[in-house]
Amino acid sequence: MSNARDQVQRLLALVPYLRENDGARVDDVAAEFGVRPKQIIADLKVLWFCGLPGAQMGDLIEIDIDAAEGDGVIHLNNADYLARPLRLAADEALALLTALRTLREVTAGQDRDAIDRAIAKLETAAGEAAAAQEGAAAHVHVEPADPEIAATVNRALAGKRRLHLTYDVPSRDETTERDVDPMRLVVSEGRTYLEAWCRLAEDVRLFRLDRIAGVKLLDLPSEPPPEATPRDLSNGMFQPSERDLLATVQLAPPARWVAEYYPTESVVEGTKGSLIVKLRVADTAWLQRLVLRLGGSATVLDPTDLSTEIAATAREALTAYDDLL
Amino acid sequence: MSARKSERLLNLVICLLVARTYVTKERIREVVEGYAGQTDDAFEKMFERDKDELRDLGIPIEMGTIDKFFSDDVGYRIRRDVFELPEVHLEPDEAAVLGVAARVWQHASLAEATTSAVLKLKAAGIQTDQSALSAIEPHVGASEPAFDPLWSAVVSRTAVRFDHRRSGATEAAKRTLEPWGIVSWHGRWYVVGRDRDREATRMFRLSRISGNVKTVGAAGSFTVPEGTDMRSLVSQLAPKRPTSEAKVRARSGSCVSLRRRANAIEPYEDGWDLLQVPYADSEVLAEEIASYGPDAVVEGPGDVLDGVLRRLRTVAGVAVAKRGRG
Repeated sequence: MSNARDQVQRLLALVPYLRENDGARVDDVAAEFGVRPKQIIADLKVLWFCGLPGAQMGDLIEIDIDAAEGDGVIHLNNADYLARPLRLAADEALALLTALRTLREVTAGQDRDAIDRAIAKLETAAGEAAAAQEGAAAHVHVEPADPEIAATVNRALAGKRRLHLTYDVPSRDETTERDVDPMRLVVSEGRTYLEAWCRLAEDVRLFRLDRIAGVKLLDLPSEPPPEATPRDLSNGMFQPSERDLLATVQLAPPARWVAEYYPTESVVEGTKGSLIVKLRVADTAWLQRLVLRLGGSATVLDPTDLSTEIAATAREALTAYDDLL
Repeated sequence: MSARKSERLLNLVICLLVARTYVTKERIREVVEGYAGQTDDAFEKMFERDKDELRDLGIPIEMGTIDKFFSDDVGYRIRRDVFELPEVHLEPDEAAVLGVAARVWQHASLAEATTSAVLKLKAAGIQTDQSALSAIEPHVGASEPAFDPLWSAVVSRTAVRFDHRRSGATEAAKRTLEPWGIVSWHGRWYVVGRDRDREATRMFRLSRISGNVKTVGAAGSFTVPEGTDMRSLVSQLAPKRPTSEAKVRARSGSCVSLRRRANAIEPYEDGWDLLQVPYADSEVLAEEIASYGPDAVVEGPGDVLDGVLRRLRTVAGVAVAKRGRG
């Protein structure tokens, strides 16, 4: 479906595009413009009635409609006055430049250099869309990773090589050693992750770049097996499993942020400005550390034995300070 | 009907673009297919609406006096130098990255705006490459309902009013803001600008804005102060730089996050190391040390120790008493 406004917007790009690409195929043009081939034919029929004011024959844009409908090939003539597309609108310039600057943060070496040059040229081209200027108006922060680690990971991806990782797993409080076959670099929620086939877990894993303590480029090819399919991250990085323990935690006002930070199954208001949340816990050690960190602002209501266990851990931790008391 | 309207709009654009001077409304009515045959009233309405729609697309339709010596007749024109995308020459590697940029936004209207920008560049003869950097997929989303109206307000420089609830507060407060920019920090969006009531720079998290974001006044009603940089404003959200150092005993093989940033690690008694951990905020460090339970023991300074003890005692259910010194 196309209203006149969208159609005119497309036509203003379509005319210069077709001038640049004489003999372009209807199907390819449709794919490029994200519409159905039928729509491109309809667009061409509109253009057929457009031209210089006063519309004498010979003043109209010339299109070989038969060739377009019959052979699927487009030839367009007599539209010199629409040789260039409309300049970038402020929102287009800002969206594009913000996307490029975000991309820049996760690339290294020559790629980053190319992006820098592209950004500089597009900023100039955006011109009057002043909101697009560097640093103003919109910014997506990407947590920087160690440049050497980032460069090695980028090299492994580009050269399809295997990596050895020394990787911190804070949720289990351990550092692991493993070989991985890199698949792609993902940025989500402001952090960069390497998605790879982990040869230790024999599964696809996401490794946060700032938690990679050491990386070595191995002299082996990256060979993820056919079953290594990229994860669907459209619902966020963390997808709790149904099999995980369901815990109920009461969050006093200073700990309310937990409900926004971690995925929850349910959130209800409790007494004295508290929240009562249900969340999936893959590893109870993680929840224990969270409760200890929150220092009393969070209470595990269920399971109760976990709550007892956490209190016991806190008492055990306190014994180290006995000589101080 | 829609095709007819598209023809009329495009013919109007061409008419104003090729004209050497301002074109009167009467002349436009004569030469642009679709206006002739309308009653005066219908034509006026149609022409006004058409102009608005074209301006909405970013087409710069100017109004001016046709002949300053002989008449006051006003007319319209589109200046080619303002209308057209300026010349852009991109090297193949520069052009290649544009295809990747179009995949960054996971948010419908921004993905659309980016795609539309890339299409214009392609129409200008720039060849992008979908396969470039194919192993890199930065995804930026925006699920907050306040995102769309605030993004538009930033782009059009329109002041806004909204209800915002501060962290820990239960009541929302009304804010009037000149939005300078919008920033994403760890997946959360913030709007930055001048708070008109407080007459100061303020930052608001979008997820804490409730209800509708309403525009206040006309577009372009404020200017962003020279040198405003979202990146430096967002750094307020980053943890502060460490200024002190704490001594922490850590069980071997544990306390990964403390070890990773320790300035020094030396063996302590059997099964333990002594770490020198830099920190900026003693409470934040105390939280982290407490989270390790019996695997981390802080030796000092005193404010970190106090923070750790207070947390552990509360969780242990032990009465919180002041630690007596000497």
